Amino acid sequence: MSKPSRNLERIQRSLVSRYRAEKAFRLCGIAAVTLGLLAVLVLFADIFLKGKSAFSATYIQLEINYDQEVLGIDDLSDEGALMLADWDRLHKTALRQEFPQVRKRSERRELYALVSNGAGYDLKERLLSEPELLDQTEKFWILADDDIDTYYKSLLKGRAYTARLSLAQLERVKQLIDQDRIELQFNANFLSRGDSREPEQVGIKGAMFGSFFTLVITLLLSFPIGIAAAIYLEEFAEKNRWTEFIEVNINNLAAVPSIIFGLLGLAIFINFFNVPRSIPFLGGLVLAVMTLPTIIITSRAAIKSVPPSIREAALGLGASPNQVVLHYVVPLAMPGMLTGSIIGMARALGETAPLLMIGMVAFIADVPGGFTDPATVLPVQIFLWADSPERAFIEKTSAAIMVLLAFLITMNLSAVWLRKKLERRW
Amino acid sequence: MQSSEMFLLLLGASVLAFFLGRRRSEALAHISGGLNSLHSLPNYHGYFTAIWTALPALLVLIIWMTLENYVIIRLTFESLPEHLLPTDTSSTTLLANKINNLALGVLPRDGQPTEILAAAKQLLRYNEFSRWTMAAVVSCTALMGFSWGRSYLSTEFRARQPVESVAQYVLFCCAVVAIFTTLGILLSVIFESLQFFKSVPVFDFVFGLEWSPQTAIRDDQVGSSGSFGAVPLFVGTLLVSAVAMCISVPVGLMSAIYLAEYAHRSTRTYAKPALEVLAGIPTVVYGFFAALTLGPYLRTIGESFDLSVSSESALAAGIVMGVMIIPFISSLADDVITAVPQAMRDGSLAMGATHSETVWRVVIPAALPGIVAGIMLAISRAIGETMIVVMASGLAANLTANPLESVTTVTVQIVTLLTGDQEFDSPKTLAAFALGLMLFIVTLILNVIALQVVKRFREQYE
Amino acid sequence: MSTTVVSAAETDSNTRSQHLMSGDQTNFLNDIQDHVTVGTCFSENAKMSIKNVSVFYGNKQAIFDASVDITENQVIAMIGPSGCGKSTLLRSLNRMNDTIEGCRVKGHISMDGQDLYSPKLDVVELRARVGMVFQKPNPFPKSIYDNVAYGPKIHGLTDSRYELDEIVEESLRRAGLWDEVRDRLQQPGTGLSGGQQQRLCIARAIAVSPEVILMDEPCSALDPIATARIEELIEELSQNFTIAIVTHNMQQAARVSHRTAYFHLGKLIEVNPTEQVFTMPEHNLTESYITGRFG
Repeated sequence: MSKPSRNLERIQRSLVSRYRAEKAFRLCGIAAVTLGLLAVLVLFADIFLKGKSAFSATYIQLEINYDQEVLGIDDLSDEGALMLADWDRLHKTALRQEFPQVRKRSERRELYALVSNGAGYDLKERLLSEPELLDQTEKFWILADDDIDTYYKSLLKGRAYTARLSLAQLERVKQLIDQDRIELQFNANFLSRGDSREPEQVGIKGAMFGSFFTLVITLLLSFPIGIAAAIYLEEFAEKNRWTEFIEVNINNLAAVPSIIFGLLGLAIFINFFNVPRSIPFLGGLVLAVMTLPTIIITSRAAIKSVPPSIREAALGLGASPNQVVLHYVVPLAMPGMLTGSIIGMARALGETAPLLMIGMVAFIADVPGGFTDPATVLPVQIFLWADSPERAFIEKTSAAIMVLLAFLITMNLSAVWLRKKLERRW
Repeated sequence: MQSSEMFLLLLGASVLAFFLGRRRSEALAHISGGLNSLHSLPNYHGYFTAIWTALPALLVLIIWMTLENYVIIRLTFESLPEHLLPTDTSSTTLLANKINNLALGVLPRDGQPTEILAAAKQLLRYNEFSRWTMAAVVSCTALMGFSWGRSYLSTEFRARQPVESVAQYVLFCCAVVAIFTTLGILLSVIFESLQFFKSVPVFDFVFGLEWSPQTAIRDDQVGSSGSFGAVPLFVGTLLVSAVAMCISVPVGLMSAIYLAEYAHRSTRTYAKPALEVLAGIPTVVYGFFAALTLGPYLRTIGESFDLSVSSESALAAGIVMGVMIIPFISSLADDVITAVPQAMRDGSLAMGATHSETVWRVVIPAALPGIVAGIMLAISRAIGETMIVVMASGLAANLTANPLESVTTVTVQIVTLLTGDQEFDSPKTLAAFALGLMLFIVTLILNVIALQVVKRFREQYE
Repeated sequence: MSTTVVSAAETDSNTRSQHLMSGDQTNFLNDIQDHVTVGTCFSENAKMSIKNVSVFYGNKQAIFDASVDITENQVIAMIGPSGCGKSTLLRSLNRMNDTIEGCRVKGHISMDGQDLYSPKLDVVELRARVGMVFQKPNPFPKSIYDNVAYGPKIHGLTDSRYELDEIVEESLRRAGLWDEVRDRLQQPGTGLSGGQQQRLCIARAIAVSPEVILMDEPCSALDPIATARIEELIEELSQNFTIAIVTHNMQQAARVSHRTAYFHLGKLIEVNPTEQVFTMPEHNLTESYITGRFG
């Protein structure tokens, strides 16, 4: 055996490299954590920088004459006449007056393309809300086309993106800018409208409502069933192979890829039970099946954390096992169950893949009014917009992501808050 | 929807029945001298009547609703002339859908044979009739149940026991939902896959090197056969997953080790949830980032090194997927690392080992089973991840191991095959289910093994 | 035994004066009984010496101003009722207290005249020189061979596999485990019985040839037969190593140690040759404890 003094010498000699390794290891750890945190930062910053411009939209000020004859309307309460009226002529006329030098057909088309093709609809709304404007003239801010919008925003940032505009159009826009008749305004449409083919007109209200209806179904199904299952497994089930089989099933389902649940929805709910496609009810059903295992697992953990002494005390007072569960265990485990369910709901809110399988990817412009109206949900809306080729959709997609993330953060924070507020420690 | 109204009606009826039952028991008690003469509390009598009112009626309602469609379609078919009747199962569903859609007004009526239109009308009549009969039958059942249940009530009646056992059964059924879900998944993928394997042999599917599911609409089109060799998809999936693992395993593991072993407690309380944020971000957001930010960025970088990087490269999807999985690995690793008893660390430190030597030579080997299981779960997640690859990787099935090229994955193909307008039992759609079956089997095996290992690991140190 | 013991009276006055000089008024006032360590705290042949050491966990004080020497190639036993701070003091001897958050040590601990808490001291080196055996056997999840080879490997003590084999065999022999495990060196150390595991931990500790071995209730998790083996082993080891052992088992202290230190509520009450402590204790608290009036 080596002598202590010789050992000491060797140890001292080894120390330098060992401390270097120690330091390197520590640095690796710090680097890993920093990398992870950096990823969070980059992701959020990227989305935010891309999306923040979507909350404003470019408007062009035009002199609009609500000419009774052009519209062919005598009475604003005449629905049929309102339907038939050529509202687009209002701003087209205004544009022609603004740029009288435009003569040729093709030039005119370019000129009209400066404003959104939904402008006529906006003018109709305007007139209906203020009927006394009929046959009057006013200066009105009209929504610009998405190409103008992209150009104007990029111009403000100092790197003009002109690829989608003709020279003539650029000139017109410059003229408008010189006259201060083009500006960014808050994009209220984005939060109050449904989907559209035109990037400047899109809104996420439809998707938000779709998500809402879907989540209501998910919550109504998965919360009671999940808690009931957790109570059964934790409190009443005998420990036998049958129960173990259920447990293995639940644990596996929690780790099954979400897209598989989409296949389940397609084959079982749509093809076997004939549930109509694309509706929040079906989406909610599929997401409920998907979140159920998570809710069961978290609820079981919550029940498990109720100390046995409380159970024993209640049993000792003569309560039946059912009463013990109902009056003592469940109320005490409720905060944990609620937290788990909120987190499950947050996950369901962000889920996309299974919904693609059950037809929730359709283009739906209307805001859904109920559980059986065709609808899409926020993440699917994001997917659809991300797939659209128009450049203007990038900012809309990012903005929709911001809204989705805002919801998710709110849900998670409320779960944390709930846990902090209601949690008891034994 | 009339059936949902029926549900609400039943709910209302059972609430009413609860109060009536409770009143009844209180009245009974009053006659025989106070509430103490009741064997069970009045509430239990109320629950008992409510259960008898709702449960049988609910059962009838559910049975009716499941059988309704089938019976009505059969009845409608009877009114059709011989030559329009379907010959095999697939055309049956097609025809049924057609008639259904006509009846709902989704399909335009122009150009449809008059017999079919008549059938659609007939279907509507049957539907109407069925709904009303259903309402009547369900109401009758509820009423009968109510009077039956109410007749049981007496002062000696032990209402608590039946109520509690019904409650137990309900709880049990909720727990069994998990089994039915698994069963549902298995049935849905297996049945469709079996159909698929009738037209494409299993061997060709699992070992075929060519994937082009474009079955032609006309027979004379080029490549009309369509080939279903899934190997390129498997390779693509593995390639993307491998890239993801190369990112997430070292970063996730190292950050877990750092946070569990080195970091100050305050760092840990902030850094850990901040990392978990990555797990909470929806995959569609990652997909967007990969497709619109990282993909083009990698391409530009590649150009400056004279490398041709596809803008839908496996690398971009893999890196982003790896970032997504970091918190998954780090939290699982953190769990097992903190589960390693302090005594082991003490033993090593007391020998004069440095902290990193202790971690590498004692803590990690002790936590190894748990860490491996965590990595397996992460792999299973990477394989099944859909949105990132759908948005950021390509559709072309390249058989390549170069992460700079574009590949396609199993999940991407499932989505593309099923989101187009396809009739349900073309081999193209069925192939999606066969891929789903493969995906399910692989992830199932990974999950089962991993969960078992984790369980055993926990038992070892508890 | 080459130790000459300073007379009791001398030490008594020594500690007292030191105590007063330390100026730690609060400690002194906290002391309900007149806190003076009686007996022979110091020895001429001290391997380690503890002077006026107080240990704190956050705001809680676990050791109050303890002073005692650990004599070279002897066994010193630390006894006392549970929670009296003896393990805390032991852990501060190889700075294992560093791993506990909020733990502070005041006073001087030195080994061969070198201050253990000076910033210049290298903890890794110190722990290689002062080995430790824990209450519960804690073999690493490795083979028996790798458990023993762990220390020599990390410290780079050997140049060849042959040398390493030699150290492993030698250590296992000295721990009295060689004959039992020679055929299964590659099997996991966790597969051994409790007593064998503890002897494996001792073998692991002596494989780096430390100068001092600290033992923290090494037999408390073992059965009587395994305990007897370990006690035998301690006696053998004391010929080459300086050993400090914490135990709650008075008989064990009486059997294996040369000197015994008695702790009570964080205070070092008495240090004397073991024989004396168990036959005619100086302090009445010591007497009450060893006669079983509390503990």
